[in-house]
Amino acid sequence: MLKVKLRNLSSPLSLILLAFTLIFSNPTIAQDAADEAATTATETPAADGVGDAAAGEALFKANCAACHKLYKRATGPALFGVGDKYDRDWLYRWIKNSQELIQSGDAQAVAIFEEYNQSVMTAFPQLSNEDIDNIIAYTYTPKPEPTIANGPGGDNGGGGGSGVSNNIILGVLALVFVMLVVMLFLVTKTLKRIAEANGVVYPEKEPRTPLWKAFAQNQFLVLVTSIFLLLAAGYFGYGYLMQVGIDQGYAPVQPIHYSHKIHAGANQIDCNYCHSSARKSKHSGIPSLNVCMNCHKNIAEYNGELDPELGYTKEFYDGEIQKLYAAVGWDEATQSYTGEEKPVKWVRIHNLPDFAYFNHSQHVTVAGIECQKCHGPVEEMEIMRQHAPLTMGWCINCHRETNVNMAGNEYYEKIHEELAKKYGVDQVTAAQMGGLECGKCHY
Amino acid sequence: MKITNMKKLIPISVAFGAALLLVSCFNESDPNYQYMPNMYKPVGYETYGEYTIFENQQEAMLPPAGSIPRGWTPYDYENTTEGLELARAELTNPLPVTEENLAAGAQLYTIYCAVCHGDKGDGQGILAQREKFLGIPSYDDPGRNITEGSIYHVQMYGLNTMGSYASQTNELERWQITQHVMNLKAALKGEPELTPETQTDSTANVETVAETVAPEGETNTEQDNTSQNETN
Repeated sequence: MLKVKLRNLSSPLSLILLAFTLIFSNPTIAQDAADEAATTATETPAADGVGDAAAGEALFKANCAACHKLYKRATGPALFGVGDKYDRDWLYRWIKNSQELIQSGDAQAVAIFEEYNQSVMTAFPQLSNEDIDNIIAYTYTPKPEPTIANGPGGDNGGGGGSGVSNNIILGVLALVFVMLVVMLFLVTKTLKRIAEANGVVYPEKEPRTPLWKAFAQNQFLVLVTSIFLLLAAGYFGYGYLMQVGIDQGYAPVQPIHYSHKIHAGANQIDCNYCHSSARKSKHSGIPSLNVCMNCHKNIAEYNGELDPELGYTKEFYDGEIQKLYAAVGWDEATQSYTGEEKPVKWVRIHNLPDFAYFNHSQHVTVAGIECQKCHGPVEEMEIMRQHAPLTMGWCINCHRETNVNMAGNEYYEKIHEELAKKYGVDQVTAAQMGGLECGKCHY
Repeated sequence: MKITNMKKLIPISVAFGAALLLVSCFNESDPNYQYMPNMYKPVGYETYGEYTIFENQQEAMLPPAGSIPRGWTPYDYENTTEGLELARAELTNPLPVTEENLAAGAQLYTIYCAVCHGDKGDGQGILAQREKFLGIPSYDDPGRNITEGSIYHVQMYGLNTMGSYASQTNELERWQITQHVMNLKAALKGEPELTPETQTDSTANVETVAETVAPEGETNTEQDNTSQNETN
């Protein structure tokens, strides 16, 4: 619990920090990009001295990046240095209308079309030859990996080192303390021995009644203490028995680390996107892996916020995406499914006992209740946990407090009017509509 | 004195330890104890349950090959370029334009599509802004002449980087989304949008009312949007 709280605190803080760094670093980054563009433009003789990489980057991201990556195969081939592989005029024709080229029987065009699963490349008649030159200039941008990877790694090592040194300091302090205590004992012992040797005689202690006997003889004290103990035992015993069967805070380790904080929080993906059956079925539905692959077909590595102190590094997240690929049988190199699937056994967190009925669609679609009302701030949870106690008292409390949304529901108009008259209220709550009847949930 | 103190320390530490045990007995990574678990655990096979009778002990499985879900209408166009072109040319939306359908389409679009394609359909969704996905085309892109048929076909099978949404939506919902996307395309191009017919067909309404999920507020904003566009 403590960890999560800290994480909650850190996220706005880090956002502010990020904002600050962005504000102050933006001009320099832009400058770097411009410099880089200048260098790549001069470095690439293949571009025939034409082509502006900075303008090409914008065009690439707007038009090409949906299917092409620079260094990795996606729907289409990797485009790094594509200007060296093909004739420039051929590229112009291909990009402007690849289908025309294929139908004209150009051998090179047909070969590419067949190699990439006959996916049709969208025609870009709106791109001029100059635009295409710019894009090709951009494709010579070298892979920027090593510098970025080293930075956080170095920081990480430093952080780990300081943790270790803290532990060492604490250990040394503890050792010193223990030695001091031992020395104190030894000193008093030797002093006593010296005193005895010098003939000092300690007066013998009078035998007193032991403390527990004195306590037992005082009946008032015994009475008060026993009442106190009984009350305390009752209080703690009741508390203990009442939490049996309640899994509030249950946060099991899942086979693949899935961060709701990244997906629902940072990327603002709607809960219903993955839990699509919550809208229309009893179950919210654990998304099948094809839903994951809707996005992760394209997103093979993590580039978001990191938390190396808790072990959430880029390598960690990339490894989890690789676990997904292994489970679903996705071959990144060929961008196709191998057919070797290893179904993931997710650990169920929210589980009502068999004798209680709950229906998601009734709450999500009919009542229009936010998911967070029962599941808590899921968009802030790095590790999913059960937020609500899911006890009967908790259900009933909400039914008592929640007004039923009756607007536009002609079917129930009459009965709602009568109920409102019966209870003398404007708004009928779920409880007044029968939301407390045993048979609604237990049958 | 010292010796008696030491003797008292033992029961105190025992009591302290017991109290700690009581407090810390709930482990986050394990479910709690239950009273009479045989009343908690279902007799039948529960959704997402773990039972030895199933392969890999998982109740969650793919349906047998060739099984057809209830209410499923076969979709005849193939998942090929030719199929897409055929659907683009001849497939049309069977749904009437009603407020319910438009509102439901807008709501579903917000859930499933807007995260990439943007609320306006201009390809500037949150994932595009965060550069998780790049190059998402706008619906009025001249290179992609999207029609009702092609929108539906792409939802069914996916296209290039986009995946299939057939498992998350049903036929009605896909057509409602299609209607909304056509509206967004018209808005981007500055053409008149689809508006509900003034006299809504009562038979067509019966079908859709049951499925309509949009709250009242949603419908109002849709109306406002259309009226604004008309005045513009």
